[in-house]
Amino acid sequence: MSNLVNGKQINKKSNSIKFIQTEKMMPVILLLIASVSILTSIGIVLTLIVDASHFFREVPFKEIFSTKLAPLKENPSFGFLPLIAGTFVTSAIAMIVAIPTGLTAAMYLSEFSSVNRRKVLKPIIEVLAGIPTIVYGFFAYSFVTPLLMKIIPGLEAKNALSAGIVMGIMIIPLVTSLSEDAMNAVPDSMREGALALGSTRLEVTLKVIVPAAISGIIASFVLAISRAIGETMIVAIASGSTKNFTLDITQPMQTMTAYIVEFTSGDAGSGTVGYYSLYAVGLILFIFTLLMNLLARYITKRYRKEY
Amino acid sequence: MKDTVYVDNKKNGIETYISAEMAQKRMKKRILLDKAAGIIFSFTIIFALFVLGLLIYRVVSESIGWVDIQFLTGKLSISAERAGIKSVIIGSILLMVIVAPVTLFLGVGTAIYMEEYSKKGAIQSLINTNISNLSGVPSVIFGLLGLTVFGRLFNLGSSVLAGGLTMSLLVLPIVVVSSQEAIRAVPNFLRDASYALGATKWTTIWRIVLPTAIPGIMTGSILSLSRAIGETAPLVVLGIPALILRTPTSVMDDFTALPIQIYYWTLDAVLTKEYANLAAATIVVLLVLLFVMNSIAIIIRNKFQRRY
Repeated sequence: MSNLVNGKQINKKSNSIKFIQTEKMMPVILLLIASVSILTSIGIVLTLIVDASHFFREVPFKEIFSTKLAPLKENPSFGFLPLIAGTFVTSAIAMIVAIPTGLTAAMYLSEFSSVNRRKVLKPIIEVLAGIPTIVYGFFAYSFVTPLLMKIIPGLEAKNALSAGIVMGIMIIPLVTSLSEDAMNAVPDSMREGALALGSTRLEVTLKVIVPAAISGIIASFVLAISRAIGETMIVAIASGSTKNFTLDITQPMQTMTAYIVEFTSGDAGSGTVGYYSLYAVGLILFIFTLLMNLLARYITKRYRKEY
Repeated sequence: MKDTVYVDNKKNGIETYISAEMAQKRMKKRILLDKAAGIIFSFTIIFALFVLGLLIYRVVSESIGWVDIQFLTGKLSISAERAGIKSVIIGSILLMVIVAPVTLFLGVGTAIYMEEYSKKGAIQSLINTNISNLSGVPSVIFGLLGLTVFGRLFNLGSSVLAGGLTMSLLVLPIVVVSSQEAIRAVPNFLRDASYALGATKWTTIWRIVLPTAIPGIMTGSILSLSRAIGETAPLVVLGIPALILRTPTSVMDDFTALPIQIYYWTLDAVLTKEYANLAAATIVVLLVLLFVMNSIAIIIRNKFQRRY
């Protein structure tokens, strides 16, 4: 009998030791798990810097500002200006499509539509955001480009215009969703105050709601630009791989992202200058998007008004 | 009445006045403008819906007659008529088999640490900032990371494991943020009740907090999986070849996934027109898969999520 009790006691004791151990171990284990995300960031920065430094050892820093990009020639030259121009042009077209459409859609959802209609429309906009970008790429190839070629004579089969437009369509939901959130956060008292003074809905929207939500709206634009700069598959399919320096939107242009994708799918062997040039381009791309994201965060923090 | 004046805008710091008559006249214009704006703004929504409809219509109309049993169960082939995507579907599923547990483990672990253990201090704000920066990094950069670290450093090449781990890091921020929200939504009285019964902190988390938060965590994980299943750029950067004739059987095998196949078929459609149909048919499969996954996420959210 006493044995049994003893046995139980021993059991209890070892159990409680195990408990205490788990209790002490878990924070450490969880901290290790949590640090994976930090390691990922460090990994990204290290990867880009280390391999880009191999590139800059071979290629003088000045050369990347030239307009001649010919990575596979016998005397390769690595001017990244064509890629930067391509990225800039396609992103600009995307913004021309996405910002007016996205913002007015947000104004409609937040200020004009009835509650019931909004309940139906907002999820549909979010469905648009969930479609993989490769599907938009296919859409650009199979529909938008042929359509544009009928409208604009002399348009190349691969061109910056079509890629930019489809990229803009892809980004509309992002702008709509984020700026609608910002407008929705403006308290009803301000809306009602302006209406009580005799404003129309349009006047309330333009003179009260938009100024009050401006930080969130601008942040959504900046994030949209960052998305456009980093978007890969649409431009890889629709914008072509010509490495000429041009600002003509009817011509094919290659973006930084498309360059990375084109090169890794087989052209450059590991260890060559061409291979390391990917990381140099990746580093520039990373810095661009990081600056955009930091700017968006700064704007929301700095100019946010608490009501 | 005629004497009544209304204050107009301040111009040059001087208040200007208009008569009641003028105000009446302006009213018409203002109301008209308001109505016009309502209509114009609603057009942008209609435009978005129209594009969505058009996109689905294009994909479906190009894929009609191509999505059949032979396409779903056949092997990849250069000939468009004989091509099937069985190995591609298996590749995508194997990818999910890696991404799901890895992101769940890392994401929920990080979220528990941040919500339950770390004090509101330096570490928490460091991880928070880091997560939000990571979610803004273009996916193609994650591809470069995967290529260097998993592909070359760990020597995994372009295997399922390399692709899966790369994808896991890419969608990690989504899982962390949604798990954090789910854990934060667990009311404190449940924790207090557990402590009052003598439970330790970890027991409380494991037995009380996590089971309560699981619907929110599952919803976030499924959404992150649906992001991973449609992501193309990191896999292309990892160097996954265009045509793999063998069906992958283990996580160390080379593989191809649905979005990759769509990409290569769309690129090659310039040469062989039927490849566009194959790409469209593959998109249909991908969209159906996404639709099913998102529906499951919504069902879980509506059915199991409790508000306290």
